Amino acid sequence: MTEALMIAGMAVVTFGIRYIVLASAGHFSFPNWAKSGLNFVPPAVLTAIIIPAVLIPNGNGIELHLQNASLLAACVAVVVGLIRKDLLTTIVVGMIAFGLFKWLL
Amino acid sequence: MMSEAQAPDNCSMIDQNQNISGSEILQEILAGSRATLPMVVGAIPFGIIFGTLAEQSGLSPIGAIAMSIFVFAGSSQFIALGLLAAGTGPLIIIATTFIVNLRHLLYSAAIVDDVKHLSGPWRAIIAFGLTDEAFATIADKIRRSDDAWRLRSVQWFYLGSFGTMYGNWILCTIIGITLGELVPEMSSWGLDFAMSATFIGMVLPYLNTRPMMACVLVAGAMSLGTADMPHKLGLMVSALSAVAVGLSYHLMSRRK
Repeated sequence: MTEALMIAGMAVVTFGIRYIVLASAGHFSFPNWAKSGLNFVPPAVLTAIIIPAVLIPNGNGIELHLQNASLLAACVAVVVGLIRKDLLTTIVVGMIAFGLFKWLL
Repeated sequence: MMSEAQAPDNCSMIDQNQNISGSEILQEILAGSRATLPMVVGAIPFGIIFGTLAEQSGLSPIGAIAMSIFVFAGSSQFIALGLLAAGTGPLIIIATTFIVNLRHLLYSAAIVDDVKHLSGPWRAIIAFGLTDEAFATIADKIRRSDDAWRLRSVQWFYLGSFGTMYGNWILCTIIGITLGELVPEMSSWGLDFAMSATFIGMVLPYLNTRPMMACVLVAGAMSLGTADMPHKLGLMVSALSAVAVGLSYHLMSRRK
């Protein structure tokens, strides 16, 4: 029940965001500062998810050491992503690195 | 956008619109589908990983399929899984979905002039399917096409593009769920790191301006500082502060 409500809520907000401008058929537009601000939203949200997931992998405090497989694999993913600039390569190499570090440590 | 002189032409094109033949419609649908194919291939692993991770994150198989059918927004579906796994309540998950998907406002604002001649139901269909991939495909096609094509065919091309993406996303979700049930030990393969790797790959291309780097630094530092806040509220606090810093930096550096 909670799950159904959650999914319904997610569906409503997602559709609402995508529809509101199209529904008004252009009678409504954003000021430039708001458009610029929206550009910052995806990297801000994604970073706020990645950093705790990688640095606090077990949910009890920051683990800034070489036994942390997520941290090492994330570094590999960043390097690969900066060099290859290809999403799929970044993911695949990152996951392989994570598997390797987990197995080694 | 349209000048006075062009207006009569456009009206006659809208009339022609009703006379578009079945085979032309099919051609446009296929063209839209073909144009989206590279991105569909890219989405396959995400759909499968989403399906595989669902159950271990606490989302039922039916819930995962329903999410792909009704929400149809890849990154926010992944984030919902991450929040569910951390025991977050539905209201925070819905609020986070709202923030994460706000970027789609930009997409609809970018194409509204190109689809405002369409009926309400058509605009609703276009809105429902407006993912990153569908937007990239239709925006590229509109840029390379003339007004005549746009007024006549844009919705059919979009239908092919969106339908392919949508069908593939639902199918991959189901495949992922099935895989997760057939191979239960997959949950120990560290697939959850796939989410971090995916998000890292998505953030990197943004890091080409100083305001953007400031935004990401603030988001990262704040997310560690707020990690102990209840209900994962730290995510929203961090994201909003990071946007505020990035935007202020951007506006100040432009004023100089």
